[in-house]
Amino acid sequence: MIPATFDYVRAESVAEAVGLLAADEDAKLLAGGHSLVPLMKLRLAAPSQLVDIGKIAGLSYVRDAGDHIAIGALTRHRIIEADPVIRAGAGLLAAAAAEVGDPQVRHRGTIGGSIAHGDPASDLPAALLALDASYVVTGPAGDRTISAASFHIGFLQTALHPAEVLTEIRVPTGAPRFAFRKFRARAADWAVVGVAAASGPAGVRIGLVNMGATPLRALQAEAAVAAGLPAADAARLAAEGTEPREDLGATASFRRHLARVLVGQALEELAGRPC
Amino acid sequence: MTGQVRVAVTVNGVRHVSDVPARQLLVSYLREDIGLTGTKIGCDTSSCGACTVLLDGESVKSCTIFTAQADGEDITTIEGLASDGELHPVQRAFNEQHALQCGYCTPGMVLALVSLLREQPDADEQEIRRGLEGNLCRCTGYTPIVRAACSITATGGCTGPPETTAVDGQVSSPDGPA
Repeated sequence: MIPATFDYVRAESVAEAVGLLAADEDAKLLAGGHSLVPLMKLRLAAPSQLVDIGKIAGLSYVRDAGDHIAIGALTRHRIIEADPVIRAGAGLLAAAAAEVGDPQVRHRGTIGGSIAHGDPASDLPAALLALDASYVVTGPAGDRTISAASFHIGFLQTALHPAEVLTEIRVPTGAPRFAFRKFRARAADWAVVGVAAASGPAGVRIGLVNMGATPLRALQAEAAVAAGLPAADAARLAAEGTEPREDLGATASFRRHLARVLVGQALEELAGRPC
Repeated sequence: MTGQVRVAVTVNGVRHVSDVPARQLLVSYLREDIGLTGTKIGCDTSSCGACTVLLDGESVKSCTIFTAQADGEDITTIEGLASDGELHPVQRAFNEQHALQCGYCTPGMVLALVSLLREQPDADEQEIRRGLEGNLCRCTGYTPIVRAACSITATGGCTGPPETTAVDGQVSSPDGPA
C-alpha cells in the first residue's frame, strides 16, 4: 500500500514545527508514525505535508520533578515500559506501555503521538487519565497546559489547535498502587476493552480503553469505591455512562460486560487480592 | 518542496545516499532501490513482522517507516547479520533447530530475536514468546522457533530441555560446535 503524495519537511525545533503547521492547515505532524503511517497507507489520511519532529533533540526524556514525572513527547513506548523513574513513580503508565502493540511498534511509537492521535482504543491515554496527567503544548502563542481529562473531545479529536505541538507529559506520582487489564482477541492487538486503575491517598481512579469515542473514566465505579462499597458492587457500575462502539471485535453489550469484569479484577488487584 | 527527499543511510555497513519519494516506505527502499530482498513484505499493515529490520540495533517494521525517517540511521537487514562467512548465533540456532518451514517469516523472526536478546540476554521462554508477538509464522512453526531462541539465551529458559546449550555465548549442539 502506497500513501498519497505529500511534501516532507524535517523540523529541527518545536518552534519550526509550529511555524510549518501554522503555514499549512493540511500539514500533519509525524513523530514515530505508528498511528499516522498506517492511516496514510490506507489513504484514510492524506496530508499535504508531513512535518517530521522525530529527530528534534531534547524531546525524549524522563525527569523526576518531585511531585510529578516529566516525560518528553517523543519518548518511545519501549523506554517508558522500562524506565526506572516511571516504574517507581507511575507504574501504571509503564504497565500500559508494555502492552502497546509489539516490540517493534514499541521501539518506534511515542507517548506524545499516542496521545495526540486521540484513538480511544489506545492504552496510554486511559492510563494517563487514571493518573490525572496533564499535557504541555506549544503553539504560536506560547505554551499552555491541558489536563488529560479535557484533552480528548471526540473520536480522533483532541483539544490541540492545528498549529500546536504536544511537547511534555506530566504525570503525578501520588498513585503507587495500580492494575492494568487488557482484553484482546490476538497477541499484539488493540484492546477490545482495557482498564487502567490507579490508587493513592486521593482515592481510586479508573480509566477505560475503547468504551466510547474518547478514553473515559468509570466515574460511578470510582464513586462506589470511595463510598466504601465492595469491589464486586463497584465493578457492576463500571460501564455506566459509557457508549462503547459495536464492531467486528465485539458488540457494545459485550464491551460493557468486559468493562465490568476487568474493573472487578483491577479493583481486587488494587485491594491486594490479585485474581 | 517536490515530494522528493535526499537520505543518507548506512545499510549493513555500506553508506547509501539517495533521492527518494517522500512517500516511499523503507521496505521498498531496501528491496527495490538497494536490491536487498531478504526483507519481506507480508501483511503490509505492521502486523506480521516479515519486514522487520534493525534500526540502530532495534527491531522495527520497515513497512511502517518512511525512508525519509531513516535518514542518518544505521540499518541492518538479514543480509548483514553474518560476518566473515560466519552465521550470527541466532541464524545458527535456527539452522540447528530447524526453526523454519517455508522461510518467509524467517528474516523478520531472526532480526526480532537479535534485538530482543540484545535487550534481554537472559530472556526466559515466556519473555521470548512475548518478544515475538510482532512476528507471525503462517506455517505455525513457533515451537522450533522458540526452541532455537531458548538455546542461545544466557540462561537457557525453555521449560523443555533445549537440544542445544549455550556456553559463554558459544552455541554447541549434540553434534558439536557448528
